[in-house]
Amino acid sequence: MTSTPVVTTQPSTRSRALALIGGEATDANLRRYLHGIPGVDGVGLEQRAAAISTRSIKTSSKKRAIDTVIGLMDLTTLEGADTPGKVRSLVGKALTPDPGDPGCPRVAAVCVYGDMVPYAAQALGSAHAAGRDQGIFVASVATAFPSGRASLAVKLADVADAVAAGADEIDMVIDRGAFLSGRFGQVYDEIVAVKEACRRVDGSLAHLKVILETGELSTYDNVRRASWLAILAGGDFIKTSTGKVQPAATLPVTISMLEVVRDWHRLTGARVGVKPAGGIRTSKDAIRYLVAVAETVGEEWLTPNLFRFGASSLLNDVLMQRQKMRDGHYSGPDYVTID
Amino acid sequence: MTRLAVPKTYKLYIGGKFPRSESGRVYAVTTPSGDFLANAAQASRKDARDAVVAARSAFGGWARATSYNRGQVLYRIAELLEGRRAQFVEEIVQSEGLSASAAGRQVDEAIDRWVWYAGWADKYVQVAGNANPVSGPYFNISVPEPTGVVAIIAPQSGGSLLGFVSAVAPALVAGNTVVVVADETRPLSAITLGEVLATSDVPGGVVNILTGSPAEMAPWLASHADVNAIDLVGAGDLDWVHLEIDAAETLTRVLQPESGADAAAPSLSRILAFTETKTVWHTKGLL
Repeated sequence: MTSTPVVTTQPSTRSRALALIGGEATDANLRRYLHGIPGVDGVGLEQRAAAISTRSIKTSSKKRAIDTVIGLMDLTTLEGADTPGKVRSLVGKALTPDPGDPGCPRVAAVCVYGDMVPYAAQALGSAHAAGRDQGIFVASVATAFPSGRASLAVKLADVADAVAAGADEIDMVIDRGAFLSGRFGQVYDEIVAVKEACRRVDGSLAHLKVILETGELSTYDNVRRASWLAILAGGDFIKTSTGKVQPAATLPVTISMLEVVRDWHRLTGARVGVKPAGGIRTSKDAIRYLVAVAETVGEEWLTPNLFRFGASSLLNDVLMQRQKMRDGHYSGPDYVTID
Repeated sequence: MTRLAVPKTYKLYIGGKFPRSESGRVYAVTTPSGDFLANAAQASRKDARDAVVAARSAFGGWARATSYNRGQVLYRIAELLEGRRAQFVEEIVQSEGLSASAAGRQVDEAIDRWVWYAGWADKYVQVAGNANPVSGPYFNISVPEPTGVVAIIAPQSGGSLLGFVSAVAPALVAGNTVVVVADETRPLSAITLGEVLATSDVPGGVVNILTGSPAEMAPWLASHADVNAIDLVGAGDLDWVHLEIDAAETLTRVLQPESGADAAAPSLSRILAFTETKTVWHTKGLL
């Protein structure tokens, strides 16, 4: 690992965060701040999610929504049985989701385990974003994903390894055990350290997505606190889940995270992204998330830099919907690839 | 004091459940003389789509069941039909205007036909399969396998229960799953049969029953890329040539409409119409 510079990467963000907390990021200061955040109105939140689910998105709006969903997707394979060949075929699908339709947009990123990053980058070739603003990003899960149960040194090595292999984005998991037992300082420091480990040789930083694993946080209040904690510590994205724990992403949880992102933007002018992951399988579901984003933080968030879907089976459903709208008849699983 | 009767609203049968139509529509089912009989759900194209999804997910399990097991499951349906005989007779009397004895004869014939098809489940492979002659030290074997999801437009005239059974039973024998659009004007016995299926051993989604307008749903089922075959037996009054053309676009097998008293008469060919022949070779042994 490269030696860690003393100056942090975003001094403005850090100093702002410390000013908000009212001192150093100690357990006590963080607890005072995070427990001072007003509680979540769970009933109201669920009602709002239910209301958003009733929006009817049809014809040309639906068409545009479907293409937006594809363009915001982190096409994911996180299986123990992953092989370089499977990653290459995933990349093939990311480049041309629907081989029968050249007009079909590409996905935003492919998301793989750290050891698969070189194969993904190689398969992407010139389409790999690799630090540029366009192209397909390679996202890698790290920090002992999905449990996060490893020492900090191992987690940082995991991150540095993926970044060195060419990952543009790192999806880290927070230490839920520490968070739930109130050791907020430890979680904060870990995110800060991981963010620093995202530094490439040229000094630029890989984007950091912080997975809260909302399914293990039990309450909406905890989700809100964890979201604030991740943003204060410098996460570029807050992500709901690993996809390995049920429940994974739900609409109410995502809305409450979007609200934190909105509040942070109002407070500081900085924009943080949100990534619901796991459990979003149909285009109908995905479109509900688009509506939630547009109505919570605004349509400007519907860009790959600020909103992503973490999904694997969602793409096939979206493609079948797309084919249905194009051909005028229902499509079937025989007309999309088997993953 | 007279008791207030509880009128029944008949629903769809999709994936082993009895949902209302997604569209929220119902239509009145009447006796031949025009008296109100019951409300039935008027399925939309989206109900048809949901039914195809249910049929597709049930296909693997039903097709993989042993033929002996499928035969037993189908036979048990006949037993349950027998148990509900009185209800079927009453519904047929009301909706078709037949005498009780004529309705009884129809129910008996439907049950007999179901038993006849159930018997074929572990036999049709022996009739339709073959060990092909070859000039080498290996076997070459052809076996029929189920086609997949079969959409059926049930007969729209004749006996409502008998027509429904004659169209559905043969498709089930080989291990296909079906989405069937029932007789539009006389759907009651079809839905009651759905209630029989729900309490039998047939896995949910193997039979999905839609009530409503065949003219509305048939084009969507014919053109659906995930429907592998369509039986247009009751589509004689529709623009079925266009349905055939739509079906051809996605390589869907088609059975053409039949009419008259012996429409969908019991035959082995109705079973084999929804099978695909798989031919494999196998070594005679490594001696």
